[in-house]
Amino acid sequence: MTVLGSLGLWIAFLVGIWGALAGFVGGRQGRRDLEQSARHAVFAMCAALWVAVAALEWALFQHDFNVEYVASYTSRNLPIFYTWSALYAGQKGSLLFWASVLSLFGSLAMVLTGRRHRALLPYVAGVVCTVATFFISVMLFGQANPFHRLAYTPLDGNGLNPQLQNPGMVFHPPMLYLGYISITIPFAFAMAALLSKRLDVDWLVAIRKWTLLSWLFLSIGICLGMWWAYVELGWGGYWAWDPVENASLLPWLTMTAFLHSVMIQEKRGMLKKWNLALIIGSWLLSIFGTFITRSGVISSVHSFTQSNVGYFFLFFLIAAGTASFTVYATRLPLLAAETKLESMVSREASFLFNNLLFVGIAFSVLWGTLFPILSELVQGTKVTVGPPFFNQVNIPLGLALLGLTGIGPLIAWRRASLPNLQRQFAVPVTVGVFTALVLLVGGMRDLYALMAIALGAFVAGTVVQEFARGARARHRQYGEGYALALGRLLGRNRRRYGGYIVHTGMVILFIAFAGMAFKTETEATLRPGESAVLKSPYGWTYTFTHLGVSQYDALNRQVTAATLEIGRDGKRLGVLTTEKRQHVDGLGRPTFQPSTEVGIRSDLREDLYVVLAGLVNGTEQAVFRFTINPLVWWVWYGGMIVALGGLIVMWPGGGSPAVKRTQAGYAVRLVEDMKA
Amino acid sequence: MTRRHDGTLPVNRREFFALGALGLLGVSGNVPSWRRIAPQGQDSLPGTGPSGKLWDPSRAGRPFEPVRAADNDAAIQAIEKQLHCTCGCNLDVYTCRTTDFTCGTSPAMHRRVVALAEQGKSAQQILDAFVQQSGVAILMAPPRRGFNLAGYFVPSLLILAAGIALTMVLRRWSRAAAPAAAAPRVPLVPASPDELERLRRELDRLSV
Repeated sequence: MTVLGSLGLWIAFLVGIWGALAGFVGGRQGRRDLEQSARHAVFAMCAALWVAVAALEWALFQHDFNVEYVASYTSRNLPIFYTWSALYAGQKGSLLFWASVLSLFGSLAMVLTGRRHRALLPYVAGVVCTVATFFISVMLFGQANPFHRLAYTPLDGNGLNPQLQNPGMVFHPPMLYLGYISITIPFAFAMAALLSKRLDVDWLVAIRKWTLLSWLFLSIGICLGMWWAYVELGWGGYWAWDPVENASLLPWLTMTAFLHSVMIQEKRGMLKKWNLALIIGSWLLSIFGTFITRSGVISSVHSFTQSNVGYFFLFFLIAAGTASFTVYATRLPLLAAETKLESMVSREASFLFNNLLFVGIAFSVLWGTLFPILSELVQGTKVTVGPPFFNQVNIPLGLALLGLTGIGPLIAWRRASLPNLQRQFAVPVTVGVFTALVLLVGGMRDLYALMAIALGAFVAGTVVQEFARGARARHRQYGEGYALALGRLLGRNRRRYGGYIVHTGMVILFIAFAGMAFKTETEATLRPGESAVLKSPYGWTYTFTHLGVSQYDALNRQVTAATLEIGRDGKRLGVLTTEKRQHVDGLGRPTFQPSTEVGIRSDLREDLYVVLAGLVNGTEQAVFRFTINPLVWWVWYGGMIVALGGLIVMWPGGGSPAVKRTQAGYAVRLVEDMKA
Repeated sequence: MTRRHDGTLPVNRREFFALGALGLLGVSGNVPSWRRIAPQGQDSLPGTGPSGKLWDPSRAGRPFEPVRAADNDAAIQAIEKQLHCTCGCNLDVYTCRTTDFTCGTSPAMHRRVVALAEQGKSAQQILDAFVQQSGVAILMAPPRRGFNLAGYFVPSLLILAAGIALTMVLRRWSRAAAPAAAAPRVPLVPASPDELERLRRELDRLSV
């Protein structure tokens, strides 16, 4: 099967080269035969790559340890779903996964948008083939072939890193990859529009939908990554501003900016240049993220082993960036705005400032991530840029953005009048100010936390107001009950109200982030029967009583488990277990350093987070770290609501923006008719 | 509902995917949850009493020293949160020593911080001692001097400059648009009920 896999890679490589050539030449010369061939090349490349994926999965499930990749990331006793996920656990497999998923997305783009965007498709096929061929060439020529065989066959493999043996890892990397990879499709449409000079509204339709899909995958991937870090890594947080985490945030920020500014282009025909730049930038940032993860140029806990594939990515990043922006620059005269902004106090202006902040935050994250390299180049000294730096720079920007999240939807398009502003802002501002006062009177003195919660209340006020007004209007006009009116409001304008749901999720996330300002923790050594006490930010006193330590074997590991009884203000709540795990291979040999499994007790207010650090002199006397993390559950809820809102926004139906624009134009004419 | 953070769920493949789907939908763990203690295969210490010997201490990682008062000292922790662990983990010393329990570097750095503090050194003197030995890369954030100032202020200054430029451009645009907006308009006449109903229907259909 590995021969078949290698063959699949080579076929995909050759077909990819042909597809790229046929796509660009066919598109330029308008030759239908080449255009058709380019489309078919995408399908053929997809089939060949998925044969390679199947071959690698086969080798993984067959425990073919003669294949270096299989021996490096699996063992005979690795549970089945981690054997499956080993496909993308290592550098080589993840490159194959990247190329395969890209070819699949490319094929879907060919099928789903075939009729509507026929003129763009040869170029789209060309771009998809070029990018996928690059990934295949890294595998074939960058010593990253997942089918490489060893000179001998080990009795068992190394197994999967224990930290990757968590359900979060089954879902988190694919989601992130799907997010990263699918950005290539809007980028391909953008390049196709530029190359074919078809820069009307039509290309925007395709780009927006694919960008939404990427954004959704990336949002879910980032949230799952936070959850995995929280439950698995044991440091008691979910975001550490690690370079690889930052790399996933960068395209998310620029895509979010695009999803806002694209509304201005749809409604007013403005910002065409800016929107195209955002799409090209988002794609380049996704390649940059891949470069960071794989090059070892910046140290990160998440990165793959350092290898020479970084050079391939650096070259590709520079070449692709240069080519994209050169084409972009030559088409600038065709991207003039159709209308101009009419007032500083308008939704367009607020969206522009919103874009400024999104891109500004992206820049500051990129700047901080690259600053160690820059510092070494300029002053010959390597510096560390950790959370204190990122928090200091980004928290104020994030709070400003949260404020704009509330302001934007309240201001009218084109021009807002003073009475309109008063009417729109009165309730939300009152809610925000009242919340701030309550928190101040309640004794909250952390400025950032206070601002996050107060601004969150303001934004929540705007969302509730928008829903309430919409539902009331329907109730008045059609006599619908409020529940039905709300449902129809959401169903008939999914983009607008789905967007508000995303805003609600973001508010919840910000408030949950603010909760971490009140985290409390302590370390303690306990013998069985002894207790440690920790005060919660809510004023409760938690008691942790050590019950004892057990040791037993389970599947692919040897477990040392400490159990604690938890009490709150003298009332027994239950028990919690935290573990040390020594993973072993099928022959019982230790494979990795012992890992730690956290004991977590969650409720809506706070998490009890208990870690077994170690045991004293081989006895049951144990060293624990106890942490109380407020509002962590709301991070996961907020993430789910953001994803739900994203799904509602991108749910099919409702017509294309082009059609809607025409219809909206008709509606405006209708109003003008009535005036006349 | 029991929520497990266990790498090896005792479920078959179908149940696993069902659980995954539920998890994605946010159904699992929506309520305050507890880990139930799974029946364990073997009791390591039958009848050995409190703090008895472990069955196999090597399974539990390296032996630990009991926690001392200095380990929980907020001042010590604050210093350690400014120091970068050199084990390659990218974490600060405090987070690393209380997270990666296989790391030998962060406990050694912690001991040095405690020793320096016990000598009566201030937080800044302790940080300076580390910088003297290992360079500024030992700090979690670069010191605010020289080129490092660019690290702190370039993003904010650029955003500020872009904000000012954007404001000026918007103001120019809106001034240019003002005369057009001020042009005399056709006086409005009230719409008839039929016309209003037609408008409502259209707006509803368009969801605008």
